[in-house]
Amino acid sequence: MADRLAIPITRRIEGLPIIVVFVLLLGLFMTTAPQVFLAPFIYTTFLSTLPPLILLAIGLTFVIGSGEIDLSFPAIIGFAGFVFAVSFKEYELGWFSVLAGLAAGTLVGFLNGVLIAKVGIPSFITTLGTQFLWFGMATVLSGGKSYALRGAHQTSVWNVIVGRPLTGVDGPGWLWQLPMQALWTALIVVFLWFILNRHRFGEHTLFIGDSNDVSRVVGIDVDREKIKIFTLMGLLAAMAAIMLTLENKNYFGNQGQGYLLTAIASVLIGGTSIFGGRATIIGTVFGCLIIGMIEAGLVASGLTGAWVRTIQGLVFLFAIIFYLYVDEPQKRAAFFTRFGRSDEAAPKRTAVSINQREERS
Amino acid sequence: MYAVHSGATIFGVVVIEADNHTHPSSGFSDIVRMEGVQKYFGAIHALRDVNLKVGRNEIVGLIGDNGAGKSTLIKVMTGVLPPSAGRLFVRDQLIDPADYSVRMAHDLSIETVYQDRSLADKQPLWRNFFVGRQITNRFGFIDIKKQKAIAEEILLKSIGFRGVGITVDSAVSQLSGGERQGIAIGRAMYYDADLIVLDEPTAALAVKEVRKVLDFVGKIRSSGRACVYIEHNLAHVHEVADRLVVLDRGAVVAEIKPEDMTVAELTDFLITLQHQADG
Repeated sequence: MADRLAIPITRRIEGLPIIVVFVLLLGLFMTTAPQVFLAPFIYTTFLSTLPPLILLAIGLTFVIGSGEIDLSFPAIIGFAGFVFAVSFKEYELGWFSVLAGLAAGTLVGFLNGVLIAKVGIPSFITTLGTQFLWFGMATVLSGGKSYALRGAHQTSVWNVIVGRPLTGVDGPGWLWQLPMQALWTALIVVFLWFILNRHRFGEHTLFIGDSNDVSRVVGIDVDREKIKIFTLMGLLAAMAAIMLTLENKNYFGNQGQGYLLTAIASVLIGGTSIFGGRATIIGTVFGCLIIGMIEAGLVASGLTGAWVRTIQGLVFLFAIIFYLYVDEPQKRAAFFTRFGRSDEAAPKRTAVSINQREERS
Repeated sequence: MYAVHSGATIFGVVVIEADNHTHPSSGFSDIVRMEGVQKYFGAIHALRDVNLKVGRNEIVGLIGDNGAGKSTLIKVMTGVLPPSAGRLFVRDQLIDPADYSVRMAHDLSIETVYQDRSLADKQPLWRNFFVGRQITNRFGFIDIKKQKAIAEEILLKSIGFRGVGITVDSAVSQLSGGERQGIAIGRAMYYDADLIVLDEPTAALAVKEVRKVLDFVGKIRSSGRACVYIEHNLAHVHEVADRLVVLDRGAVVAEIKPEDMTVAELTDFLITLQHQADG
């Protein structure tokens, strides 16, 4: 009896397996590329380049935790980034352009949510469609041009969002490189950790991911919560877009495209359940660190950039297999049922509940 | 000019003075009453002119074939689905379907225990006890300590899970079918429901687990509550119900007192009903 109910070690400390993997990888790269990984500048670089990925992955943690998916966030980065860049550069609206960019992303996320929750189109299809819509819209409106934000670093917008506040202070040189976006991202991550784990909204997100049906009968307004989840995703994607545009001092329509796989991989590597119902912010952050570190580490270790995607894909698959077999063995059966392979050891009930999910969606 | 007098009717809804609400559990005859309730799903007429009453301390067994509308009926009763037409009274007061929801049903002390939809598998028990009506501060953050303490008390005192290794942190997926029903029923008891709706609580349960659930249904009556009990197994429902309501293709076709019919006669009656329908 006690065995049956023991809480696995992987569940007791949030994100433990992924933290172990992170430490091992870090150790590996410190051995294979000591000149890079034992110096401070690789880490200050991570602090300036990883925040957009982390913001996207945190939003996706809510989306995937609720049993949905969002494929449209690269387009939200394109669209919200365009709204921000054009109002910042052409109309010189300063902080209002930040608000405009955030509003654009939030609105796109809200529309995704309405299509999914109220119209009832599965999120995979909805966001596949809106991905084209908003990316196309940004391309049409910008005429395919990029916007160079020259002189942006003299504005308060740049200094507050992606500035280097410690530039010029006494001390080791890497202090000068500490970027503001790392601070903002850390604050947002901590805040959203509390929302997911301690707030009513986070609890509703996980219950919806567990079962829409149960959520309805216990009195959760499933439609409204789904709209909120996608709206949050839109807002976070807009924040990522603004950070990205300011950090590069340049806007181009494709700037979000590279994030589709890496953000989803970060979330799933981190241990958020592919089936919904379980989500971990800490796991997601470490997932992002791993994805980012692989890129830098492989190149620094002397492999060509072409290996990066290959290794990321492998890590992604290993992580899925690990969680499927070690962390959620009861879900393994459901996974095979869904993809057309029967597993004799499967408890029948799990298979049934998956079928019900499919009927509903 | 627009003053509302006690008992005045506005838009067809009777406005009652606030004083009348102070003792919601006294001064009514039926906990739930449905009058002429219809429910359509597109072209499908799922409920046909249903009239049904549940008295204050009465166990009503709801029986009928698959697709007879049993589940739809209780979903309308408990605020999961709005009726297409008809009137619903809770404690003799007319409910506006536009306002009625699961949350409002909870506020009116109506709790539902579903066969397999009451608990979320991957979530810990303490979250399952409170989801939908969490104890929060005014910003919506959950008071986890308090929720866990109360959940612990329900677990040990009302459900009696002492010493079987289940804690408030256990995930629902770790429990047996009978234990799950125990949790769902214990939750309904904790919220002090006047009406507990049980939707096939014994389906997919082992025999000795069924016994526990039937004992609980007995407890519902002895504690002065009412119960609507949907059941496939006629012997189970015959044993515990005060009154049996038979549904057939969305309509109430018979009301039977269990003492007037044996289980065998009841079975024959239902088979005959089915044959009439097929013929």
